[in-house]
Amino acid sequence: MATLNVLVLVCLGYVVLLFGVAFAADRLAATGRSTWLRTPLVYTLSLSIYCTAWTFYGAVGYAARSGLEFVTIYLGPTLVMVSWWWGLRKLVRVGRSQRVTSIADLISSRYGKSNTLAICVTVLAVLGVTPYIALQLQSITLSFSIFAEADPSSIYNEASSVFWVSAGLAMFAILFGTRNLDANERHHGVVTAIAIEAVVKLVALLAVGIFVVWGVAGGVGPIMDRIDASEIGQWSVDRGRWTAITFLAAAAFVCLPRMFQVMVVENDDERHLRTAAWAFPLYLLLMSLFVVPIAVVGLDLMPEGSNPDLFVLTIPLALGNDWLAMLSFIGGFSSATSMVIVAAMALSTMVSNHIVMPIWLSSQGGRASVSGDVRDIVLFSRRVSIAAIMALGFFYYRLSGGGAALASIGLIAFAGIAQILPALVGGLFWRGATRTGALVGLTVGFGLWVYTLLLPGMGGALMPPEVLQNGPLGLSWLRPQALFGIDGMDPMVHSVMWSLSLNAAAFCIASLASFPSPLERLQGAQFVNVFDHSAGPRGWTGSVAQSEDLMIMTQRILGAAEAHEFFQKEAERQGGRGYLPEPTPAFLEALERELSGSVGTATAHAMIGQIVGGSSVSVEDLLAVADESAQLLEYSGQLEAKSAELTRTARKLREANEKLTQISMQKDAFLGQVSHELRTPMTSIRAFSEIMRDTEGLTAEERTRYAAIIHDESMRLTRLLDDLLDLSVLENGQVNLNMGDGTLKDVLDRAVSTALTGAERPMRVRRNRAAERIPLHTDLDRLAQVFINVISNAQKYCDAPEPSLKISVHDVGGQVVVDFIDNGSGIPPEAQSMVFEKFARVGSDKAGGAGLGLAICREIMQRLGGEVGYLSGAGGGAFRVSLPLAYKQAAQ
Amino acid sequence: MNEKRNPDAEPAVAPPPVFLERQSYRRRRLADAARLLPILGAGLFAIPLLWPAEPGEADPVTMSSAITYVFLCWAFLIVAGAAFGVAAKRMPAREAKEPESE
Repeated sequence: MATLNVLVLVCLGYVVLLFGVAFAADRLAATGRSTWLRTPLVYTLSLSIYCTAWTFYGAVGYAARSGLEFVTIYLGPTLVMVSWWWGLRKLVRVGRSQRVTSIADLISSRYGKSNTLAICVTVLAVLGVTPYIALQLQSITLSFSIFAEADPSSIYNEASSVFWVSAGLAMFAILFGTRNLDANERHHGVVTAIAIEAVVKLVALLAVGIFVVWGVAGGVGPIMDRIDASEIGQWSVDRGRWTAITFLAAAAFVCLPRMFQVMVVENDDERHLRTAAWAFPLYLLLMSLFVVPIAVVGLDLMPEGSNPDLFVLTIPLALGNDWLAMLSFIGGFSSATSMVIVAAMALSTMVSNHIVMPIWLSSQGGRASVSGDVRDIVLFSRRVSIAAIMALGFFYYRLSGGGAALASIGLIAFAGIAQILPALVGGLFWRGATRTGALVGLTVGFGLWVYTLLLPGMGGALMPPEVLQNGPLGLSWLRPQALFGIDGMDPMVHSVMWSLSLNAAAFCIASLASFPSPLERLQGAQFVNVFDHSAGPRGWTGSVAQSEDLMIMTQRILGAAEAHEFFQKEAERQGGRGYLPEPTPAFLEALERELSGSVGTATAHAMIGQIVGGSSVSVEDLLAVADESAQLLEYSGQLEAKSAELTRTARKLREANEKLTQISMQKDAFLGQVSHELRTPMTSIRAFSEIMRDTEGLTAEERTRYAAIIHDESMRLTRLLDDLLDLSVLENGQVNLNMGDGTLKDVLDRAVSTALTGAERPMRVRRNRAAERIPLHTDLDRLAQVFINVISNAQKYCDAPEPSLKISVHDVGGQVVVDFIDNGSGIPPEAQSMVFEKFARVGSDKAGGAGLGLAICREIMQRLGGEVGYLSGAGGGAFRVSLPLAYKQAAQ
Repeated sequence: MNEKRNPDAEPAVAPPPVFLERQSYRRRRLADAARLLPILGAGLFAIPLLWPAEPGEADPVTMSSAITYVFLCWAFLIVAGAAFGVAAKRMPAREAKEPESE
């Protein structure tokens, strides 16, 4: 018979073994030969702290009371692990890239490094986990008491054993959980010890199961028959509870601080998840495989009224298999210790980083970097936190009396911890989730959980029965277990449904209604899109930050050697030679992350802020800069528009310049031509006048002839000057039109008679006078001038033997068209485009004109609103003069 | 004004190809299957909700068959998860760079 003393000895030996393993693993890790410590297997086994003493002992009790419902506690985590690709992978990646130290740190970091939120989560976690720790203490004590009962010779004191157990666990957690400050560095010792404990508890439970199935019942077939014949032999599961507890277990699996610790914080390599995704469900399956058989056999064998929670222990004892009982005891002990150690570590990190450190920092009033050794203070606060949490658990156990009330606390704690889920999942997958939303959601969920589950579950002391019966102040719709009058539900399902759904709803509504701070939005993007970019938000500028100060502060947090190593690495990365890197934003950011691994995100941010001081660029500043650059962008847009306008203007100016140059050249050419035209008559005038002056004895006849030549030439000069003047006046548009009424016939009569008077050769003019009775309202003199010019041209240039001119008048489209067609050979095609240019003359200067006549005609006709053009293909020289009708003109 | 900047930026971010090689295609579908697995698992574990559970109801399901069903489903999920894990391990080359990582 195993005596209690042997048991205590075995326990102590086991604990010493764990110490040894943890110590050896830490040493191994320190020397860098710890590759096997970083295998997926160790990671998977460390996850097994999910299976606490509550599941080791309690699952059998649960099965004995409610049949297969216990399995939901494992099905939830199985589903979570199987869906690792969706959720856990992201969670782990975020946790690693942001160097979070706990679930509170993750939530705080996601919602703009808000410490308020971190405190809320920490309080929630402490409230949820402390009873859980008490539960572990109870299970150890109970298992001790079983052996004490079996060993009448022993002197067993329950109270003192609980005290020593909790003190020992606290010691272990302090020794191995706070060796290194950086919570983000792996606690190889603890993790390895947990892995061993995982193996021990699995082996223990499997051993009991195999003993029960093959040793007691006699094989699989008989045990199945026995199960069907037992009082839990029929499927009778509350459907609501089946669903709710599966969901709850899944949620708690992610949100429990200790699970977060081993799953995210202690994670060495993201790829380990891939293995754990199937290996951990396998572990859970093995853990629950023999639960129902053990429960059924226990119900058969054990006397009425014995505690089914301890069947795992009592069955081997009752059947005289002491060593198996011992193994089973060690298994239960393992479950309890591993859970308590990790939970205490995780909680102490949260308490110290989010509650103690901020208080201490603010009490130092901004002298954190230069006063005292922060490293020691953080470690100390963490150790005190562990002790305090263990003490809390101990007192909770003492106060609650260790009765049956504790047994139900496991699920109640799950429901409390699960309140973090909406904020967590929302933070990971929804960028619109805000700090306000998370705070409101957590508060609503927490309040409802306390009101509907925690207080009613604690018994009459905290919530009077009449409140439970009739609601507070007699408001029946507020009854804690039948909110809004929905009665008859299982209290657990009721609470989970209301608290989580209202939590999620409040979270969503408050998130939608509030506006996140810039830092929150940046962090939100970092979290939700963690796979796209794993870089942190840039927040610091180091122009004022002193590297020495940073070095001093970092030494105090990380330790001198680590700080030197980190700074030197950074300095090398920057390409410098010294030991101190330039305080670039990238360096400050890396430093903040490094520090956040030790003291949490919010604290690290605050500490660097203290040193970098006023020169820290807040995200608000960055956004302001962004706004400014948006304005600059707009301004440059305006500039570009203006520049485009300038380009257009410049092009116009260039065109105008070209035109001016062209015109200037035209003017030069014109002046040259004019000088030439003036010079010819001047030459002959000078020559003949010199002859008359210098030659003696000129006859009268000769003198008359020379004078006539001089007269003719000066006449020609006058005419030329008149024409030039006329043309210049016309071209400048300074001409005054002398508008008058008349008929076309009169004008033509005048023009024909004027043009043909004194002609050297007679020219026959054919007219249709009837058609010419068209009234005109125009400058009749100018029109006559045009006609005269055209007719005299025909008269001059017509080379026919019997020259004749046909003048025909038509009315074409509201215009009077007068065609002058002679029977000559006309103007050669290549000259047709030239005849209206100034000084253009066709052929030799047969008639001695200046070549301005037609140019003048064209100007005149433009002024009169008509035009004059050459009509080719009319069988001779042909000009067409068109001008508006009188009534048209009048109508205008 | 944007036209000036974009030509520089565009070649750097080449659009992903529309069609993938057979192997990449298989890997994507494998990832899809791995994602669907938890939904299948939830469905399988929800089936017991349809069984008659009240003591008075006719034709009750025996505990042994319930245990068999639950544990078989469970084992199936584990095996399927392990198969996906092994398959994913064999083709890890571009996993990190996969654009559709989420």
